[in-house]
Amino acid sequence: MDTIIEIKELKKSFGKLQALKGVSCGFETGRVISVLGPNASGKTTLIKSILGMVVPDSGEVFYRGQSVINTFDYKKHIGYMPQIGRYPDNMKIGQLFEMMKDIRQRHTGLDETLVDAFNLKSMSHKAMRTLSGGTRQKVSAALACLFDPEVLILDEPTAGLDPLAAEVLKEKIQDEKAKGKLLLITSHIMSEVDEIADDIMYLFEGQVKFFRSLNDIKTTTGEMKLGRALTKILS
Amino acid sequence: MLKIAKYTILDITRSKVLIAYTILLALICISIFMADADVTKGLVSITTVVMIIVPLVSIVYATTYYYDAYEFTELLVSQPISRKSILMGQFLGISGSILAAFLVGVCVPVALFAFSDTGITIMVTGSLLSLSFISLAFLASTLTRDKAKGIGLALMIWFYCSIIFDGLVLLFLYTFADYPLEKAMILLTSLNPIDLARILILLQLDISALMGYTGALYQQFFGNGWGVVFTIFMQLVWIAIPMAFSLKVFRKKDL
Repeated sequence: MDTIIEIKELKKSFGKLQALKGVSCGFETGRVISVLGPNASGKTTLIKSILGMVVPDSGEVFYRGQSVINTFDYKKHIGYMPQIGRYPDNMKIGQLFEMMKDIRQRHTGLDETLVDAFNLKSMSHKAMRTLSGGTRQKVSAALACLFDPEVLILDEPTAGLDPLAAEVLKEKIQDEKAKGKLLLITSHIMSEVDEIADDIMYLFEGQVKFFRSLNDIKTTTGEMKLGRALTKILS
Repeated sequence: MLKIAKYTILDITRSKVLIAYTILLALICISIFMADADVTKGLVSITTVVMIIVPLVSIVYATTYYYDAYEFTELLVSQPISRKSILMGQFLGISGSILAAFLVGVCVPVALFAFSDTGITIMVTGSLLSLSFISLAFLASTLTRDKAKGIGLALMIWFYCSIIFDGLVLLFLYTFADYPLEKAMILLTSLNPIDLARILILLQLDISALMGYTGALYQQFFGNGWGVVFTIFMQLVWIAIPMAFSLKVFRKKDL
């Protein structure tokens, strides 16, 4: 397994608030990594720094050994599902997918499993503004996976999804992992993290508190459930 | 970049705001021409209206569009496209749509009723004016995070250019009335894109004689070929500089 994303001493502050205080870590392929932490611990800032949506004050992000700050080409290897996906109101679902294919200049080798599983094709004439929050999440998830990227970054993927759709997505996450991809997931639902994650990265006040495998956490604390294991470590 | 522009235009044409703007402009122009047999008077009236409505709609519409598309911009930034292409694409898309509205709403009626040097001047300066206010709108929106603040700043810019600036010029003239100010006035005019456009149009109308000594000087400076080139160049500067600044801000902006 090789390290695909490496982060070195990443610092970012918004005004007086220091969101990231020197985060260093490396992510390997073929793993599902869950980024946990209380609200405002810097999870989303970290993800957005990797995606180049937030420009860090100092530090480096490497993608396959290449520094990516202020570049964009590496993003074609990443699929991103935002916490709240918002799209042009007047656009229809079908048009949105066509547009993304056009922008990415890829019309072949597409992964449409989620499009089919969520039945999005039958809704392709629906305008984005009429969609419920859950359906938007489905669209976001399907878009993130569409280009079969080697890294998937999912920000609270199952929040707002119905139980069936959440199951579909979790299965997809396992499939993608089996294909040797890296999945970075933030979530607040412990049972779900317990189910899908290999490693836990815990952020606290802009710093990595620990980055260990799920099994390691469970064996050292002697707890079977992640939620209880976490409380034991953190108290 | 052109793809982003294409999808921005497609998105805008699906909403009705710009169609309403086109109809409004066309109605104003046609009713002015219908009401008055004197075409020159009509052109003066159109100039007055165009100098108020066009900048206002351009700046407010472009700012609102930027904020409405904010989440979509976020999505685009996570895609393999450079930030420069995203912002320039949106600029081109909005500019294209607003210019199309101006073309149909003002240029077509003017060309039909009053095709003359003055008419062409209105078309060209009006288009450049739209562009410079879209460019200023992008600057206002990239500088602020909050939609309300962004629109507030955009309105302030419009308010400054169309009302406050004239007051300041008057104050300046009054304060330094003992000094020869004619050259300074020409320089001052360049600081406001609306004034640049207005003076260029008025000078085409040969009514500068009514504007006294300064008017004569304006006529001498802006009335000849170099003056026209200078004005158009300054209008282009008013398009390029705000957009260049906004690109610089956007490159480092956190989304």
